[in-house]
Amino acid sequence: MSIRRFALAALASALIAGPALAADTLLNVSYDPTRELYVEFNDAFNKHWQAQGHEPIKIQQSHGGSGKQARAVIDGLRADVVTLALAGDIDELHRLGKLIPEDWQTRLPDASTPYTSTIVFLVRKGNPKGIKDWDDLIKTGVEVITPNPKTSGGARWNFLAAWAYAQQKYGTEEQAQEFVGTLYKNVPVLDTGARGSTVTFVNNGIGDVLLAWENEAFLALKEQGGEDFEIIAPSLSILAEPPVAVVDKNVERKGTRALAEAYLNYLYSEEGQRIAAKNFYRPRNEAVAAEFKDQFPALKLVTIDGDFGGWKAAQPKFFNDGGVFDQIYQAE
Amino acid sequence: MSRRTSSVIPGFGLTLGYTLVYLSLLVLIPLGALFLKTTELSWAQFIAIVSAPRVLAALKLSFGTAFAAAVLNGVIGTLLAWVLVRYRFPGRKIIEAMIDLPFALPTAVAGIALTALYAPNGPIGQFATELGFKIAYSPLGITLALTFVTLPFVVRTIQPVLADIPREVEEAAACLGARPLQVVRHVLLPALLPAWLTGFALAFARGVGEYGSVIFIAGNMPMKTEILPLLIMVKLDQYDYAGATAIGVLMLVVSFVLLLFINLLQRRIARS
Repeated sequence: MSIRRFALAALASALIAGPALAADTLLNVSYDPTRELYVEFNDAFNKHWQAQGHEPIKIQQSHGGSGKQARAVIDGLRADVVTLALAGDIDELHRLGKLIPEDWQTRLPDASTPYTSTIVFLVRKGNPKGIKDWDDLIKTGVEVITPNPKTSGGARWNFLAAWAYAQQKYGTEEQAQEFVGTLYKNVPVLDTGARGSTVTFVNNGIGDVLLAWENEAFLALKEQGGEDFEIIAPSLSILAEPPVAVVDKNVERKGTRALAEAYLNYLYSEEGQRIAAKNFYRPRNEAVAAEFKDQFPALKLVTIDGDFGGWKAAQPKFFNDGGVFDQIYQAE
Repeated sequence: MSRRTSSVIPGFGLTLGYTLVYLSLLVLIPLGALFLKTTELSWAQFIAIVSAPRVLAALKLSFGTAFAAAVLNGVIGTLLAWVLVRYRFPGRKIIEAMIDLPFALPTAVAGIALTALYAPNGPIGQFATELGFKIAYSPLGITLALTFVTLPFVVRTIQPVLADIPREVEEAAACLGARPLQVVRHVLLPALLPAWLTGFALAFARGVGEYGSVIFIAGNMPMKTEILPLLIMVKLDQYDYAGATAIGVLMLVVSFVLLLFINLLQRRIARS
């Protein structure tokens, strides 16, 4: 895994330094855990594109922390499409880069989110600490592994899921803040990204429970053969919505708009949805969802728009300097 | 100008011009841009950012661990250089080559390897756990990573100076009745001190800015094990470019003052 990661990092930097891309290439700038998904999807899309009578195309993918990837695009990486971890990062392409219109999220179905995921717990085999729900994470002696929400998109979903649980259970914001404060006291390491936390938990053997993207948890389980870990679904979690967007300024300059739009639309096709589901993302298409319903545990899910007023409200309140997350650590 | 006429090889104008262009492109323009970006902030905003408790905690940690690592390398590096210069033994060439490895190895690789070894349940870290302290995920781990990364500086700056001190000087001192420790204290150390200070300053400066290896072993807990370069990344992830450059400028100014101080110290020693 890590060798591939370095190879991709090298590829990404070669792309930045390289000459302008020809018209028959497409660059998809994505976040960390979508690697395997897009390797498979790119192949399928290329076949579909050729079946429609087009020349074969070269699709390049670049992966990294969601915020870093957004900054690379703002700073001039010629991405045709972005597929990032949260809408807040794509919003910045409009606010800081003026690369896309403000209403980008209304251009595709389901708020431009073709697949979703959620946050689950990964625990060690046999669940020695008996972790069943969020309540168990604040017990003394339980070590929780989650990345730093200041630097990781996935970690923000983790934080908000814990918050949503506490607020529903206890009622007030003060109690929710106390709950997440206690939870983060049980966190011994704050890695900067989701993959870093997975390495800390899986390879270095630190901690009793990893808060993880559902698809990352399934992937870790698949690669380990399910021998060392188990997935625990909490009673309530958050619907993590990683959206996608065509980067208007770049596709206009490169003349790849039709291709980029077809690429994203294909994510919504039945085959695209099936590939997402096979890579452990929850599909939007109901027929495909029914097909894979045994794979995903049924959960009560809150949403960022319904319960937190969208990222525009949640980001400054919880994660910017002086926000709730900072207060947890300043209070000590 | 008198130097110019006395030089055997001509080309003062050309080489100076090249030096200036080179320095501007690589150092002055990027650093200038850094300062320019900070001017988006008012003085009050700048002070508020760099005096926030988290920034001050990280400042103390970054400079403290870099200092500790430089001191550690100052002692061990001198010892290493001494062994390599003064003795001939099998495997010397291999050790010699190994000293430069920390420069060649990607720092992230070093960080991951050190973390795996020194984590609370790692092969070495578990002994520390038994004794009741942590190496990885504590300032100790950060110092360890920095010591690894900055190992070559002191060794490599001291080695040629040490090799230039003829053995006869030590022997003469011994003949005049100096005990071995007195030879070290009164003959060797004064001659080595300027080079040692250079190595120390280089190691210290490198340690302050190190990111790749530290980030894995630090644990990154706010107020406790968060280094300054990480705070810069945190600001960038909030798209707070001006805030990030403010911390960058703070680091630059503090480093510059410290390096200037070391340089002045060196000159005083050289004169005396």
